[in-house]
Amino acid sequence: MIRTLRQNGWVVGLIALFVLLFIVTKLIQPNYGAGDFNSLVRAVLPYAFAVAAQTMVVIAGGIDLSVAAMMALTSVTAASMMDGASEEYALFVVPFVLGLGLVLGAVNGILIVVTRVPDIVVTLATLFMLQGVALLVLGAPGGAAAEWLKALVVGTVPIPGVPESVAAWIPKSLVLLAVLLAVVWIPLRRSKLGLSIYAIGSNPLAAFRSGVPVARTKIAAYAIGGLFAAMGGLSLTMSTGIGAPIPGPYLLASVAAVVLGGVALGGGKGGLLGPIIAVFILRLVRTDLTLLAIDPNVTAIVEGVILVAVVMFGAFITMRSRPS
Amino acid sequence: MSVTATTAETQPFGRRAKRFMTDYPLVPLIVLLLLLVLVLNIMQPGIVNQRWIANSVKFAIPLALLAGCQTMTMLTGGIDLSVGTVATMAAFFVATQAVDNPTAVAIVIALVPALLIGFANGIGVGVFRVHPLIMTLGTSLIGVGFLQVYQRTVIASGAKVPDSLTWLGTGLTWGIPNALLLFVPVAAFLIFMQRRTGFGRLLYAIGDNERATRLAGVKYWQVILALYMLSSVLAGIMGLLYIGLIRAPSLSLAEPLVLPSVAAAVIGGTSIFGGRGGYTGTIIGALILTVLTTLLTILQMPEGARRILFGAIVLLVTAAYLRIIEER
Amino acid sequence: MGVKAPTFSRRQRRHPTLNPSPQGGGKHASLNPLAAVSAEVIAGLGTLIVTTAPLLEATDVAKRYGAVAALKNASLSVLPGEVHALMGANGAGKSTLVKILTGAITANSGRILVRGKGHDIRSPAGARKAGLVPVYQEPSLIPDLDILSNLRLTETPVEPFREWVRELGVPDLDLREAARDVPLAIQRVLDLARALAAEPDVLLLDEMTAALPANLAERVLDVVRRQSRTGRSVIFISHRFVEIAALCDRATVLRDGETVGVVDIAPGVEERIVELMLGAKVEKRRVAQRVADGAAAPVAPGTPRLAVRNLRVGTKLQDVSFDLSDGEVAGVVALEGQGQDELFAALAGSIRPTSGTIEVDGRAVRFSHPADAVEAGLAYVPGDRTEALAMQQSVRENIALPFSARFSNWGPIRRAREDAVVASAIERLQIDTRAQREVQRLSGGNQQKVTIARWIAADARTLLCFDPTRGIDVRTKHQLYKLLRELADGGKSVLFYTSELEEVQLVCDRAIVIFGGRVVDILPAEIADEPALTRAAYGLPRHVQANVGVLAGVAADRSAAP
Repeated sequence: MIRTLRQNGWVVGLIALFVLLFIVTKLIQPNYGAGDFNSLVRAVLPYAFAVAAQTMVVIAGGIDLSVAAMMALTSVTAASMMDGASEEYALFVVPFVLGLGLVLGAVNGILIVVTRVPDIVVTLATLFMLQGVALLVLGAPGGAAAEWLKALVVGTVPIPGVPESVAAWIPKSLVLLAVLLAVVWIPLRRSKLGLSIYAIGSNPLAAFRSGVPVARTKIAAYAIGGLFAAMGGLSLTMSTGIGAPIPGPYLLASVAAVVLGGVALGGGKGGLLGPIIAVFILRLVRTDLTLLAIDPNVTAIVEGVILVAVVMFGAFITMRSRPS
Repeated sequence: MSVTATTAETQPFGRRAKRFMTDYPLVPLIVLLLLLVLVLNIMQPGIVNQRWIANSVKFAIPLALLAGCQTMTMLTGGIDLSVGTVATMAAFFVATQAVDNPTAVAIVIALVPALLIGFANGIGVGVFRVHPLIMTLGTSLIGVGFLQVYQRTVIASGAKVPDSLTWLGTGLTWGIPNALLLFVPVAAFLIFMQRRTGFGRLLYAIGDNERATRLAGVKYWQVILALYMLSSVLAGIMGLLYIGLIRAPSLSLAEPLVLPSVAAAVIGGTSIFGGRGGYTGTIIGALILTVLTTLLTILQMPEGARRILFGAIVLLVTAAYLRIIEER
Repeated sequence: MGVKAPTFSRRQRRHPTLNPSPQGGGKHASLNPLAAVSAEVIAGLGTLIVTTAPLLEATDVAKRYGAVAALKNASLSVLPGEVHALMGANGAGKSTLVKILTGAITANSGRILVRGKGHDIRSPAGARKAGLVPVYQEPSLIPDLDILSNLRLTETPVEPFREWVRELGVPDLDLREAARDVPLAIQRVLDLARALAAEPDVLLLDEMTAALPANLAERVLDVVRRQSRTGRSVIFISHRFVEIAALCDRATVLRDGETVGVVDIAPGVEERIVELMLGAKVEKRRVAQRVADGAAAPVAPGTPRLAVRNLRVGTKLQDVSFDLSDGEVAGVVALEGQGQDELFAALAGSIRPTSGTIEVDGRAVRFSHPADAVEAGLAYVPGDRTEALAMQQSVRENIALPFSARFSNWGPIRRAREDAVVASAIERLQIDTRAQREVQRLSGGNQQKVTIARWIAADARTLLCFDPTRGIDVRTKHQLYKLLRELADGGKSVLFYTSELEEVQLVCDRAIVIFGGRVVDILPAEIADEPALTRAAYGLPRHVQANVGVLAGVAADRSAAP
């Protein structure tokens, strides 16, 4: 029990911070209710998937700068495929787009392994290339989304036996997020592949000596990251009903949330829960700033400063833990 | 299980060609540039005339200035992605401040945010050792936020591009772009700085082997801080010139030039891993990209294809460069 | 005696008949009748008649890195149930052979048979499948995973692992603990237990006891000894003769990338092994002696240039004190990983010592950056030239680098003055500047000269040279010896770590010997010949006759132990 607490101390701290922020929110705006929480979760959704994608890659000791561009590409792909298509056609679109994300992620990994160019340079190049492809798919924001997909992130889940007042606090989008992350993460965490991903991030030499296929594992980590990015892209299309080819501010947010979530940028540490809670915290801070009637543009500055400060803090920690 | 010995056969020609390329990197670049111009002239006969050349140079200069930031930072193994925002801020500030202030004052005010962002970048990269890519991306995000806030405060007063900047950015004298008046001294300064000053020496040495510079008594953070501030100021100057060329302040003025600036430096032979390259190559790289853009426009290639191409160039050149280093 | 006895009886039971051994071994045997060497040159058809089929047999293994041959012709034959020592001086090719056997790198040529079957060992996983499991000094547990996950990663069964852990004397182990939270010594033991639980045919222990506390090392050796009784074999690499004498049946000795002999371990054999490791260098010694005699400078009295007192860095450097005077070249002699790296790094300002003091010219100094050391006139010349040189820059840029280090010197370079200084340094070191455009195109020797020329140009008063002659040609080596002597005669002082022991008498006035992070001996150059230094570097006492000394000592130790 004590060890569980110690090992998950960071996550527990994050949850406490979130609760604290939530109380602050209630104090600022006593009317803050289930509906507001619902829209918070909807806003969090694409961020959460971006963070999940980044987490996968960072745990494996890499970094993926192309995550936002990949979300943009998968989003426009989905939106343009569903444009004018039947509701049933979307049943085919969703797996196709998820598969696309998996492949794009794997391509990132393969390029890194084959060219031996550092992760950060390769994914910078693919960031530009994916942006380009997104622009080719859809020159301007447009496309459409199937109604049932859009409905997936709107409203709450009626749970029998649970009173309305409680159920109102369980938005569909939250359930969707939890289910999708869990479906990938939990089996992975228990598999040998999951162990190998942690191993190559933690100590590549020791992993190599333990017989882990380092190159293949790295590619797999990027591929799973791509899968999460595709979920993020889909969630964008689901919540906006269209696709936009210009990537949103998800890259820096994902890196910052990963750091804040207790995943060391060096790799090998942390889990998925921390970064996800971290992203909720970062969004809630934004909500609070808005509720305080601060100019939304100032909010953007404050947010940027927080993100940069978090990243600097993370780099500082990494530097300290490394023997000089 | 027996492994037969593979003897490393040297290929004299390939080796020599490679050595030639590393010793005289400018020659193949100039050949490539001329080749592109030739192709252009074949595809659209008569396009290459004095007016076209002056126009191309005019548009290549801002790109070359931004690519100067990338060259300097890449020499140390870094990169500066905040240059787009910094240039835009300088442009936007000068256009709005020039309404009530003399141009000189407006220019000084316009360069203040550049210095601040450069300072933040330098501290983040040099002291906290954040990866330059992430750091400059972050400060760029903050800069955009500031710009948006600033825009609201000045929305009433309107904007005005100082005539002197318009003259510098757009004007021609005897068919030669006036922008060269700014560019030639700046380029000369950058080349002199890289080749003939102690600071330039340290840029190369840090990018080549940071550990070795440390052992030689060099303090990394000092060099990096100065470097990123210099880079930001250069980006600011580019913004001033660019607003004179475009003459319409907007919040995403210089942003589309960031990727090409990286590509220009990479094509120009500056290694993204540091320690190798120089500004001369970058200038030719910027010219090549400008001609290439014209070519793509004539071919009616969409913007997306251009990005894919530039991204692919960065990746391919870097990977090829890595092979060259490793073979020695 | 109780522990000792079974080893002897076992050795007598099994008669090693013919040991495959190329060249050297046999010749040496005749030179030293005291040594029990069974190695013989196989003449004629080259067919080996071996009564017991070897469990592991590696023949003619070679590995080149570009033009450098790390391993030329190495062979290793390990019999079932044997503990086999693999020995060799620094750079003899031991670690390369280990890397090949464990699949970390692939050999250029050679054959590796396990139980008579050829194996294509291309990865660590492949080595495991072939039955070869290594344990290194640095544990290969993944620090961020718990023990259980680490076991799963290598598909190691848990119960046998637990048993081995108990066997090795670690009773209360929580498998849910993250590896990084386990003390390093225990991690090493766990790593070993994991390897043992995999039931490998050949267990490869690479310096794994070097960093273990005595009680754990004892248990480890005990377990290893028993492991061999089950018919499996152990390859044991260690710098500690005591352990080898107590544990091993035979030893294969490598020198310059070749197997030069296979010897049975018996009392007195360490002298023999030292001889094999050093090769035919006996004649050279006298020449070296003369050079040193002629060159030895009188050490100036007064405040030493550099005074190190009780220096401690982490666990690697335990307690080191010595003085370095003006005009003196002091040699530092140590086996790999005895703390010399940390000593030099601390003196160069790269790392901060845990405790102890450094005084320069009688003033206590604290370095927080190498710039501080440079300021104090201490210049570090690393052995690995890639650490010191900006490889893609010119000779001139590299030599002039320290000139521009300070902020006040960032401005325009004063070419004329700098040219003169650089040219004179190039002249002084006779650097071949035909390929001066990029330092990486120079030969290793010339590169090393550039690293030294830099500090001569900067007029540093004290040079900290870390194995500066590693991997460079003989001519350049001699030029460097001469240069270092000249510098010392000109009043500079030099701290000179070397892995080539003969250099001590060629260059140094004294030799400071470090073993296990402590200064174990300081020898004047006159008596610091290779055998003496080797003995000292292995922690053997200076004045004891080895054939009665060490083994007798071990035996006594063991009988004294409960």
